[in-house]
Amino acid sequence: MNLVRSHVLVCGGTDLSSSESEKIITEFDVRLKNAGLENEVSVVRADSSDLCASGLVVIVYPEGAFYNVTKPDDVKEIVEEHLVKGKIVKRLLCDESAEAGSDVKPLSEIEFYKKQLRIALKNCGIIDPENIDEYIAFDGYKALGKVLTEMTPEQVIEEMKKSGLRGRGGAGFPTAIKWEFAAKQPKGVKYVCCNADEGDPGAFMDRSVLEGDPHSVIEAMAIAAYAIGSEQGYIYIRAEYPVAVKRLQIAINQAKEYGLLGKGIFGTDFNFDLEIRLGAGAFVCGEETALMTSIEGRRGEPRPRPPFPAVKGLWGVPTILNNVETYANVPQIILKGAEWFASIGTEKSKGTKVFALGGKIKNTGLVEVPMGTTLREIVEEIGGGIPNGKKYKAAQIGGPSGGCIPAELIDTPIDYDSLLSIGAMMGSGGLIVIDEDSCMVDIAKFFLDFTVDESCGKCAPCRIGTKRMLEILERITSGKGTVADIENLKDLAEGIKSSALCGLGQTAPNPVLSTLRYFEDEYMAHVVEKRCPAGVCKDLLQYTISKDKCKGCNICAKNCPVSAISGELKKPFVIDPDICIKCGVCEGKCPFKAISRK
Amino acid sequence: MKTLADLEKIKNKTLDKMNIRADREEGIRIVVGMATCGIAAGARPVLNAVSDEVSKRNLKNVVVSQTGCIGVCRLEPIMEVYAPGKDKVTYVKMDAEKAVKVVAEHIVNNRPIKEYTIGEADK
Repeated sequence: MNLVRSHVLVCGGTDLSSSESEKIITEFDVRLKNAGLENEVSVVRADSSDLCASGLVVIVYPEGAFYNVTKPDDVKEIVEEHLVKGKIVKRLLCDESAEAGSDVKPLSEIEFYKKQLRIALKNCGIIDPENIDEYIAFDGYKALGKVLTEMTPEQVIEEMKKSGLRGRGGAGFPTAIKWEFAAKQPKGVKYVCCNADEGDPGAFMDRSVLEGDPHSVIEAMAIAAYAIGSEQGYIYIRAEYPVAVKRLQIAINQAKEYGLLGKGIFGTDFNFDLEIRLGAGAFVCGEETALMTSIEGRRGEPRPRPPFPAVKGLWGVPTILNNVETYANVPQIILKGAEWFASIGTEKSKGTKVFALGGKIKNTGLVEVPMGTTLREIVEEIGGGIPNGKKYKAAQIGGPSGGCIPAELIDTPIDYDSLLSIGAMMGSGGLIVIDEDSCMVDIAKFFLDFTVDESCGKCAPCRIGTKRMLEILERITSGKGTVADIENLKDLAEGIKSSALCGLGQTAPNPVLSTLRYFEDEYMAHVVEKRCPAGVCKDLLQYTISKDKCKGCNICAKNCPVSAISGELKKPFVIDPDICIKCGVCEGKCPFKAISRK
Repeated sequence: MKTLADLEKIKNKTLDKMNIRADREEGIRIVVGMATCGIAAGARPVLNAVSDEVSKRNLKNVVVSQTGCIGVCRLEPIMEVYAPGKDKVTYVKMDAEKAVKVVAEHIVNNRPIKEYTIGEADK
């Protein structure tokens, strides 16, 4: 038996006589013989199909293309184009299919994308991150080529200065100034480092850039190296980002193979090599001096600044350290020009910022918006608002180092300076939306719990101070707090801010200070009325069954995991507060909404 | 690689290979989001199913590729189809079965499955 590679099924339409399908089958036989395919394609007659209302349906397998055939010429086209060349004949596909897709909404019209502008994430979601050719196809490494062959290091720094790019890792220090400091140091060994130790809870901007477009960071680091006169770079990335690490390593290998890393890049005398250093996931290693200490192979602890890394950094030599997202902007600035970049954003904050949008928001995900976009636009338009009809209460921006933005400030433009003026900070880009069901004291406690855990312990204000602050917060949320505790909390916070050694410690009190600033009434409710207004802090809660609403159905008692509910059928039930663990199961199960929490 | 002209050569060659040029007459590109968010949501079986289906059906001039995160992580796994002369179609919340269907309906028969697209995600 001959093996056929294709099957052609000819089905008679509803208003066609079988003689017409015979005609088409004969036509196929003749055409196939002419093309020498009679042994490779089998033509089969099938029973009527209801797929196309009129005309004859011809289905070609294995592709499974449904054709609407009306005249012998159509057969000729199917044989010549589809069966000989393997091209589907679009014109003949059923259902006027060319028009069928026209009402599919394109991505650009989806609300989520309308206000976004992608510079750092330009290639993410478009190219294959494991294929350097695809990066090059989107003008990758062209900026490096341009810099090496047409610009002096001074011109590169000048261009970066004009662009107004500021560090995307959090503090917003002008990138060009950092580069200039390092460039002005005497010639000799210098290093270029990339901070990919993204540690904020809920933040995944850098991971996405490295997973989606690793070459942009490599290219930018080479440009930075040229600008400051360095030949070696390190990317410090946490081991808990295995996909990013793998893609980065593939990208470095491919760049080396193409001679885009290594000796004599682009035929010049510029050499640059790049290595990955894995971090074990300590939050403090995102702090620049601790990060460099960790690269050196020692315990990741910060050291006092000055001297700044640009003067005395990795292994005591001038080093620049920029964040992943900062680097991802660099090739675009070189390619499209500083003026273009500076035209985006606000007066003092240029370009875009990537945010990892999370928490109580409909569109959880990664967004990139021009600086100066208001929080309201991000939350309501891009984020799609808060699910379940709940009200916006605040947004925590900048993770454990940042602060919260309450509802009355939701129209604040998102840029470095506006955020600082309201007691928050840009941070690296974590944006967690909080709704009315969350307790702000509890949120502050969560972040402080994180910093206490992550404090390296080198300096006393951070090691001891944050621990004391956490203890006070625990007292407050368990109903044992006093008004004096709130004053102590403020004192401690100010003390730690001014005396801690590094950025981690100095910013650790921020979540407490900013929640105190905007939600002091919630703190007061906890300490004075011993009440948690949002109904979160378990120790301050009490579940009660309303005598009027309870029908005595027994559902709550059956579902209570600790048997705290008792009563007689068809009579109101009661909860024993001494046994109740405040899990809230009964509240959800009660069909009559008779159980409330206060 | 020594000059910008070398880069340009790779660029042009790859753009053709990628099936992504706006002015091309044929050639379809299918990408599946394979960042951590996509993989966690189940993008790997989707990518495998698409590749298998394309080779099983012996489809010529269809490129199947992985890519990074396009942002709407909550709708992962995401799969996008770039067909010549049309806006790209973004399919969301895919699984292997839906992906196979998209290959049959959209790629072969040129009928995008609207109900799987991002515009319909919240309806």
